Order: sequence, then structure tokens, then C-alpha cells
Amino acid sequence: MAESTELKTGVVADPKKPAEKEPIFGKKERILLRDPLLDNNPITIQVLGVCSALAVTSLVYPSLVMAVAVIFVTAFSSLFTSLMRNIIPKPVRLIVQLVIIATLVTLVNEALKVLAFPVYKQLSVYIGLIITNCIVMGRLEAFSMANKPWRSFLDGVGNGAGYGLILVLVGIVRELFGKGSLFAGSPIAMNIIGPSNDTTQYWINTAADSGIGTYFSWYANNNLMVLPAAAMFVIAVFIWIQRSYNTKLVDAS
Amino acid sequence: MGEFLNIFIKSAFIENMVLAYFLGMCSFLAVSKTLSTATGLGLAVIFVLGITMPINWVINEYILMPAELEFLRFILFIAVIASTVQLVEMVVEKFSPGLYAALGIFLPLITVNCAILGGSLFMVSREYNLTESIAFGLGGGFGWFLAIIALAAIRERIRYSNVPPALRGLGMAFLITGLMGIAFLSLTGIDPAVFAGWTEAAAE
Repeated sequence: MAESTELKTGVVADPKKPAEKEPIFGKKERILLRDPLLDNNPITIQVLGVCSALAVTSLVYPSLVMAVAVIFVTAFSSLFTSLMRNIIPKPVRLIVQLVIIATLVTLVNEALKVLAFPVYKQLSVYIGLIITNCIVMGRLEAFSMANKPWRSFLDGVGNGAGYGLILVLVGIVRELFGKGSLFAGSPIAMNIIGPSNDTTQYWINTAADSGIGTYFSWYANNNLMVLPAAAMFVIAVFIWIQRSYNTKLVDAS
Repeated sequence: MGEFLNIFIKSAFIENMVLAYFLGMCSFLAVSKTLSTATGLGLAVIFVLGITMPINWVINEYILMPAELEFLRFILFIAVIASTVQLVEMVVEKFSPGLYAALGIFLPLITVNCAILGGSLFMVSREYNLTESIAFGLGGGFGWFLAIIALAAIRERIRYSNVPPALRGLGMAFLITGLMGIAFLSLTGIDPAVFAGWTEAAAE
């Protein structure tokens, strides 16, 4: 899957007219950023990087932190690999890439430990697992090793963002229906729906005697959404919707 | 022995790597189209997980902890895994060409299988000792093996079903994995200490 989609996004310079000066943020660059968000999404189309992150999506805030961390790692590992692409010997390139990625992930890990310790605790081993997140290495192998630094950087940002987008969307669905809140644990925590009590007030109070809450007295949180398995169902539904709209993406087999 | 069995059962069934923690999902979804290749990859994972776990434990316990170099953990662990996989590949190729042919391309793929690095990181965060980490490695690998052959068998069957076109292939694989995860939840009721009790009783 990865190789075939690569042919589409891989920007190969035309050997016949190399003299033409290319704009620093032209059409090709925009495609590099936009394509991975939808039509070539790392999770729903390329099936890369599903591994490490689905367990963190039960809440939006950790998903958001994870998304930012992954964007940082994909962007800069692409940049550094691309800068070094001509001096990396082919037989050991995987190890060189792994060391670059592992260094960046170590940076993220230490930074999170200092900046946001509660989230760091929540994400636990999954931050470290960005190293083996296939999307990082997949893009290095497929794109950065053959393209210039600026484009590789954009490709990294685009793919990280496409991955983060799915992560945050899954997080929103799971937290809203599973817990009735959004962004819990962050400075902008919102309690959307549920029975209010002394400690938490919900926007839609299902235990209220008057107001809009009375229409929702039947509402209960869906405990399935809190289970890790729910992430699989939510992504399956995303894939279903996406492929219904874009029938070109349907699996032939 | 009781403790070994306890952790083995726990990591294989109750806290299954794939179905409870979603580790090693990429290859789990990509290589589960046919039963034979799934079996090959599953065996390779047991193999590598069982070998790298004790090595990483020794490195963590005798090099990283005394020298207070915990921040180098990721780099060292992934280096160990990458070189172990390389080494295992060469050894297997030399001494057992049959097994090498069976595992084929799956051995190098395993370097970036999250289950391997994830296993080592869980081992550190749960503070296992050497025996426990061997049990965790083998049990986790076995659980991964079970899960991938189950998914591959189901996917082979489902090919003949009338699935909505947009869900065919990947979408179904996600759904089935989710359902299997829920099915495996029913195993959380098992108390692994029971098995430890059996072996102790047998020893007496």
C-alpha cells in the first residue's frame, strides 16, 4: 500500500527543465500538506501507525498531546534524514533512521515530563512507542531518503497532521459519548452532558427538573466507548464513510 | 514456577498485547490476509520477544540504572532490538534454512513492530525481574501469535461474505479486531493466582 501511494505523492524532479526556479511554497508543497489529511491518510488509507496510539484516544486531551508529539517527530526526523540522505550508507540506513527517531522521541519524552507531568503519566509507554510508529519510519523510507529537506519537512508535517486528525476525531467521539465531557484534564475542560452533582456541573444536566436537561433524562453514557475496542469501531466507521464517498479507495480483494 | 506461569497466562490472555493494548497493530492488520503468513509472523514475534526481553532487562538493570542513564533507554532498547533481529536473522539463516524460509521477510519487519519495544517498556514500568520478564516476553508473544492467527482465519472466511464494498478489507479487519478485543475482555475474570496455587500444590 505504502509504495503505491508513494508514487502519487512522491515529487520527482523533471530532468528536462531543472533550471526553473521553484517557489518555496507552491502547488506541490500544498499537495504535500493536504494529501495526507484525507485522500492519503496515514491511518485510514496507508494503514500505518495504527499501533501505538489507539489506546490513548479515550480522552481528547492526551490524543491532542500525542498528535503534537507525533507531528514534531515526523517533521524533524524527515528533515534530518533528508539532510543526511546522501551520506547515509544504504546497508545501515534503518539503524541511522531509528537513532534519529529515538533521539527526537527522547527529547519529546523529557519535555513532556517537565511541561505536563499528568499527561505524561497517562501516556506512559505510548510516547516511547512513537519510535516504532510505522508512519514515522514509513515516510523516512519512502519520501525523505529521496527528496529535498524542505519538502520532506512538509511531508512529515502533513502525515503527522493526518495521523493527529484521526486521533483527535476518535478522541472526541469516544470522550463525548463515553464520559459526556470534552478535553477533560486540560485547562479548557468542558462537561457537556450528564447528571450534575456538587462537584461537577454539566451543560446539559440530565438530572435537572427544568430546562433543556428534562428532554435528556433518558441519556446515559455509553460505557463501550471507554473500552479500547471502541477505537477500532470508530475508525472502522470513519473508513466506511470515507470509502463510501470516495469509491476509488475501495479494496478490490 | 508459579510466578512464571502466572505472568505467562496474564500476558497471553488477560492483557493481550494486541487486543488490550493495540501493540503491533500495523503488521497485525497488514499481514493477516492469509493464515500461513500470519503463522510465520506470529512465530517470529514469539521468537524475538522472548530473546530481546531478557537482554533489555540486563541492559536496563546493570547499565542504565546504576549509571542513571534512563533517558538513553529508548535509543539503547531499539538498538538492541534492531541488532538482535539482525543477529537472529543471520543465525537462523545459517543453522536452520527451513525456519528461515518459513519466517522469510517477517524477521526484519519485526524491528518496527511496536509489540517488541512496547514489551520492553512495559517490563521497565512494571518493574519485572529477570524470570518475570522472560515469562512476559514469551507470554506476550504467544498472545500476539494467537490473536493474529485468529484474525487471519476469520478474514479468510469473511472473503466469501457479502460485505458492503466500502467496508471490505481494511474496514472489516478493524471491526473484527474490535469484536475480538471485546471477546478477550471476558477473560479478565480469570485469576492467574489460581495457576500459581496449582503448581505450588503439585510441588508439595
